[in-house]
Amino acid sequence: MKMLMCREATRLMSKKLDAPLGLQERMSLKFHLAMCGACKNCNHQFQLIHDAGRAFEHQAPVYPSDSGEGSR
Amino acid sequence: MAARPDSSCDAGHSGERQRRLAAVRPRLLAFARLQLRDASEADDVVQEALITAVEKDAHFEGKSGYETWVFGILKHKILDALRAQKRRGKWQTWDDDGLEAAVESQFQTTGRWQEMARPKRWGDPESTLASERFWQVFDSCMIALPENIARIFTMRELMGLSTRQICEEAGIKENNCWVILHRGRLLLRACLEKGWLAEADS
Repeated sequence: MKMLMCREATRLMSKKLDAPLGLQERMSLKFHLAMCGACKNCNHQFQLIHDAGRAFEHQAPVYPSDSGEGSR
Repeated sequence: MAARPDSSCDAGHSGERQRRLAAVRPRLLAFARLQLRDASEADDVVQEALITAVEKDAHFEGKSGYETWVFGILKHKILDALRAQKRRGKWQTWDDDGLEAAVESQFQTTGRWQEMARPKRWGDPESTLASERFWQVFDSCMIALPENIARIFTMRELMGLSTRQICEEAGIKENNCWVILHRGRLLLRACLEKGWLAEADS
């Protein structure tokens, strides 16, 4: 099994949220995550971002003002 | 908070519906703005969705919450608006040199994280999503995403479209879609960490 580096590991973590990974991909990601704390954090964060998108409809706080939104 | 999406509302009093529509409107707007990145277009789309919701009130079957149903209408309207944007040629900026560099700068040439960019712990996800501050940071980080990434990213993560559907809408290959989403997640993650952890630490 080929050793993954972090960059490639993040690619698989991301892809996993959009499509099923192949067996080989799953195994090497799992192996990498077991050894790499930073990637483990990253994996949780990608998942959180994914969940946040779905939670937006119900959970995002809203502000009554309609106007004056300065962000471009 | 009065509006509970899970209450079984077969009463159908239009006054009650009006009240709930008014209550959900700001959230619809926030959603549409993130997706369309144009405040006045977002206003229009939300207006249309609200009108449709009133007109089609009889079609609401109560299978999902009322607010969820209204969001469903909004998503259709947004998709129409995105298609119109695309037809108007608003989608053509695909130069991504700077972008690639921004993403690559998080990694060493060996493929390991740069020391500065190593993802840290964020703590409990549930309390994160329950934090108002997190959503503020989320909003500003979404706005900060480059437009061509944001468009694909929000179609996936906010609208919940599959990458296959996105490919069709955007006219790109699925592979390309995964690359864009990967970049979007890396950029958003880094931005959130900066804004959110800085706050949590202080």
